[in-house]
Amino acid sequence: MLELKGIRKSMGGQEVLRGVNLRVGPAERVVVIGRSGCGKSVMLRVIMGLLQPEAGEVFFEGKKLTGLSEEEWNPYRRKIGMLFQGAALFDSLSVFENLAFPLREQGEKSEGVLRQKVAEALKIVSLSGTEEKMPAELSGGMKKRAALARAIICRPDIMLYDEPTTGLDPIVADSINRLILHLGKMFGMASIVVTHDMVSARMVGDRISYLHEGKIYFEGTPEQVDRCEDPLVRDFVRGHAEGIGITG
Amino acid sequence: MGSVLKLVSHVGAVFTDSCRTAGAVFMLLGDTLRSMVQYRLRWDQIFEQMYFIGIRSQVVVLTTGAFTGAVFAAQVWFQFKRFGMESAIGPTVSIAMCRELGPVLCCLLLAGRVGAAMAAELSSMKITEQVDALRALGVYPTEYLIVPRFLALVISAPILTGLALVTGIGCGYFVAVKIFGVDGAYYWDNTIKFTDSKDVVIALIKSFIFAVIISAIACHKGMNCPPGTAGVGKTTTEAVVNASLTLLIVNFFLTILLNALLYSN
Ligand SMILES: Nc1ncnc2c1ncn2[C@@H]1O[C@H](COP(=O)(O)OP(=O)(O)OP(=O)(O)O)[C@@H](O)[C@H]1O
Ligand SMILES: [Mg+2]
Repeated sequence: MLELKGIRKSMGGQEVLRGVNLRVGPAERVVVIGRSGCGKSVMLRVIMGLLQPEAGEVFFEGKKLTGLSEEEWNPYRRKIGMLFQGAALFDSLSVFENLAFPLREQGEKSEGVLRQKVAEALKIVSLSGTEEKMPAELSGGMKKRAALARAIICRPDIMLYDEPTTGLDPIVADSINRLILHLGKMFGMASIVVTHDMVSARMVGDRISYLHEGKIYFEGTPEQVDRCEDPLVRDFVRGHAEGIGITG
Repeated sequence: MGSVLKLVSHVGAVFTDSCRTAGAVFMLLGDTLRSMVQYRLRWDQIFEQMYFIGIRSQVVVLTTGAFTGAVFAAQVWFQFKRFGMESAIGPTVSIAMCRELGPVLCCLLLAGRVGAAMAAELSSMKITEQVDALRALGVYPTEYLIVPRFLALVISAPILTGLALVTGIGCGYFVAVKIFGVDGAYYWDNTIKFTDSKDVVIALIKSFIFAVIISAIACHKGMNCPPGTAGVGKTTTEAVVNASLTLLIVNFFLTILLNALLYSN
């Protein structure tokens, strides 16, 4: 469904991705974990075509996307949904207009249909009744959920989540995890979930990939990750800080 | 010797830098024109921008026009009355307003007001990933963000300049006739007689081209904003300064060119 082959990308003179290989099958949920600043967001941006890699290829449904021009990308981008780490709601538009935006772009004109679809999407992320609010009036977690609703409103074939549960209270975080599972099961939506949250990773992941020094360092099912004796992976999963020299 | 070399290399660097930026601005302009033809125009967005630019800038533009006309009429009166040339005040004011003062001052104010707003808005969208979110939703940013702003300014600027001209010439009349006691009928007759429709055409052409310059530079700056909030402030200031300077320099060449084209025989 989606495949990355040998992706290399430098940011600000430093090579962040050094040959990332990743495969996501149909309806598969892959969790990508890794230390802060290791390039997870950059990887998602490369998949979305927002950044051009220096080397390597992105394949989507058998079609090579790398090398396409900005405008040739657009039809594919509509099949790939992305939740940005910082939500990235359009702050000059109300929540309703934000959610209606992708639908309008895909040609939906009927105001009634838009109202109904937006209300449905907001209900899924438990934000019912916030249609007329402006993004600036929402809390960080609410913004994130509104952005999630906007990303899934067109039912993309694959969703890229950049830290969907960061900054949410445990109850909402749990409901987001359930939502990711639900979307996968109901609509056969594949997903890549970038997270630091191991609870979330174990819950939603069919497979967990550990991104380290620009490469996928370890890959396995949640059980394999838990049993993994590699010190780097073990420290991350259990939240130890030994590797970085701040041990007490 | 060393310092001369340093100076030369500095000037060289500034020059190549300016050329590169100018190239990028032209590319953006080309892309904007292409997107304008290729995609359906978003009239709601264009009207929204025109409201902001056109309606909300009126007070600024009218005030500029009025006081420029008034002060210019006063200065001309001080000088011309010494030679008994009061009859020439009217046309002098109206021709100066049309050819230079109206379009240049009006568009300098638009660069400050509208250019700054464009650069600030686009750059804050850029740093908060909203431009990327737009791309991720399959929308081409040039088409959605730049085309409406460009069209709105290019349509509004000549209209606003026209308004500034009318108020400027009107206020010039008021100052000369009502305050300094120049003969009103005579003043007006001469103004009409010596002001050519070509003078108005010059005003409109100039303001049109200045609007293209302002929107292209402001949008280019905004879309290339460096990350961070400091970037937004810097981008906005640079957009206004660059647009204003470019406008003044282009004005000189435009004056020569239009003179050659319109008055060639
Ligand atoms: N626009 C940019 N310019 C320069 N460097 C960048 C830019 N964006 C990211 N980087 C660098 O790329 C590296 C990876 O960044 P990225 O945002 O992908 O990290 P991340 O894994 O998502 O971290 P986090 O978990 O904190 O979100 C970082 O070292 C960062 O400094
Ligand atoms: Mg990140």
